[in-house]
Amino acid sequence: MSQTATMSGAPASAPVPEAGPRGPKPKPFFTPKRIIIYTTLVFFSLYFLFPLYIMVVTSMKTMPEIRFGNIFALPSALNFDAWGRAWTSACTGLTCNGLSPGFWNSVKITIPSTIVSIFIAAVNGYALVNWRFKGSEIFFSILIFGSFIPYQVMLYPLVMITREMGIFGTLPAVILIHTIFGMPILTLLFRNYFASLPQELFKAARVDGAGFWRIFFEIMLPMSLPIFVVALILQVTGIWNDFLFGVVFAGTQNLPMTVQLNNIVNSAQGTPEYNVNMAATVLTGLVPLIIYFVSGKLFVRGVAAGAVKG
Amino acid sequence: MADIATQSDQVAGDSSRPGPFRRLFLHNLSAKIAAIPMVATVLIIFVGCTIWTVYYSFTNSRLLPRNDFVGFDQYERLFATSRWNVSITNLLLYGSMSLVLTLTLGFLLAVLMDQKVRFESAFRTIMLYPFALSFIVTGLVWQWIMNPTLGLQGTMRGLGWAGFTFDWISNPRMVLFALLIAGLWQGVGFCMILMLAGLRGVDEEIWKAARVDGIPTWRTYISVVLPMMRGVLVTAVVIIGSGIVRLYDLVVALTNGGPGISSEVPAKYVYDYMFGGGNIGQGLAASTMMLLTVLIIMVPWAYLEFGGKGRRS
Repeated sequence: MSQTATMSGAPASAPVPEAGPRGPKPKPFFTPKRIIIYTTLVFFSLYFLFPLYIMVVTSMKTMPEIRFGNIFALPSALNFDAWGRAWTSACTGLTCNGLSPGFWNSVKITIPSTIVSIFIAAVNGYALVNWRFKGSEIFFSILIFGSFIPYQVMLYPLVMITREMGIFGTLPAVILIHTIFGMPILTLLFRNYFASLPQELFKAARVDGAGFWRIFFEIMLPMSLPIFVVALILQVTGIWNDFLFGVVFAGTQNLPMTVQLNNIVNSAQGTPEYNVNMAATVLTGLVPLIIYFVSGKLFVRGVAAGAVKG
Repeated sequence: MADIATQSDQVAGDSSRPGPFRRLFLHNLSAKIAAIPMVATVLIIFVGCTIWTVYYSFTNSRLLPRNDFVGFDQYERLFATSRWNVSITNLLLYGSMSLVLTLTLGFLLAVLMDQKVRFESAFRTIMLYPFALSFIVTGLVWQWIMNPTLGLQGTMRGLGWAGFTFDWISNPRMVLFALLIAGLWQGVGFCMILMLAGLRGVDEEIWKAARVDGIPTWRTYISVVLPMMRGVLVTAVVIIGSGIVRLYDLVVALTNGGPGISSEVPAKYVYDYMFGGGNIGQGLAASTMMLLTVLIIMVPWAYLEFGGKGRRS
């Protein structure tokens, strides 16, 4: 380190014009290097954007247009018929009610799961930082390691547990499962956040005689709005996109949107209607996409949270 | 400091001095009550359920779990099943390709993004948005694009390029590459974000030093910056790797294991045997093998990260 410091210090202190073409100079914008960089970035951007374009364009075409046209072509008119069909009358193999029941099921699953999981994780993080007890760090470590265990390993015992509790195949079961499997990442998020807050605040409140819950609700919560938003983004997109837990635990009455979407596309009988399929796909992706585009940097912070250890 | 504060509070609150029993159970009582969900999750779910699964994978459970111990029978049957062998081969092939390509492309894109490009946030938004979408959506979109008659192949042939072939989802030998295209589409942006954070964390002084020494930029990236990003790299490997082992939704949506069994993966095997085939013992044995795979990834990482005790920040 000291070596690099001295070496970089020397030219900075004595800006001798170097011989040859090196050194700072105003650069033209279109250097070969720049062209390569932008071409590559644009090429990859096209790869990333291509499916979104295809998805939206196809959803607005009519079936003859799809059959006789090409996949890149724009629709002849802005036509949302397929969207309406996907929403209300697309068939999932058994019933023909479209995606809307799935949408509402997903809402019913996502809202309580998000609230419960975030609340519990916030309390965990707070207890881990400010109220360490014997073994609390060990539990936290196992929690983090546990998040890497494949879900399939715990799936069957969880089915048995929820069945014993009498909630298997109902909304409370999915909520419980999302709370459990959201806990590691969210606890990590809150623990790191609370650890970054000044400890003096907590100590002062403690000296004044405030207890566990009072400090939590009156001091910690009001200060942690940003991290709540990050957790909210993380959970809403994560739970909305879930497939496995929905299909196993929710029961046939509460299948979330992703499961119904997959049923519409992959287990429907008769001639496939690709425009309806793509409209259904867009509709399912819309909620996380809106969250993503609205939240911007906060989403990045959420997904990077798992990677940045505290 | 905190300890002094709690003690003084206790003296003020209840005058009796706590004994060892009370210290263990009643000290910080509300904190312990509040931590019950976490402790229960750790003990019952992560530890308990995992042990249960491993234990019952040695039994002859079929429709319901039974305590009928049969040793390694389930595992012998597992490795005698062609579908399982295809599944693990697929996981191995897909996994290694996906891991290498995700890391390489993620790093490459991060390096490009780090060249003070204009519209950086636009590029970032474009690259990361697939990560916000579910695997089901990802799989279904690519399924449509790769549709042999009406998708990309049909379009290209219709435009006059008669030999254009892009039938990967219906070609048993190419189907893994179809999965790969969709998987990379979804995950590369995330890897790029991680790598970019790592690159931005490298001290500017290092770059100045390398420039003074006349080391070419690409050389600096590979020999200096990359080793310095070890932490980010290892984290990326662990996160991407454990995601690959879990691979399930994408396969269900894109190919549903087909054509035939050529794109089956272990997670799907587990699910189908547990909930479809009524052969719980097989499912449990298969999921234990998945656990083993993750441990093989995790243990070296844990050893590297936490082996040296007391390295906390």
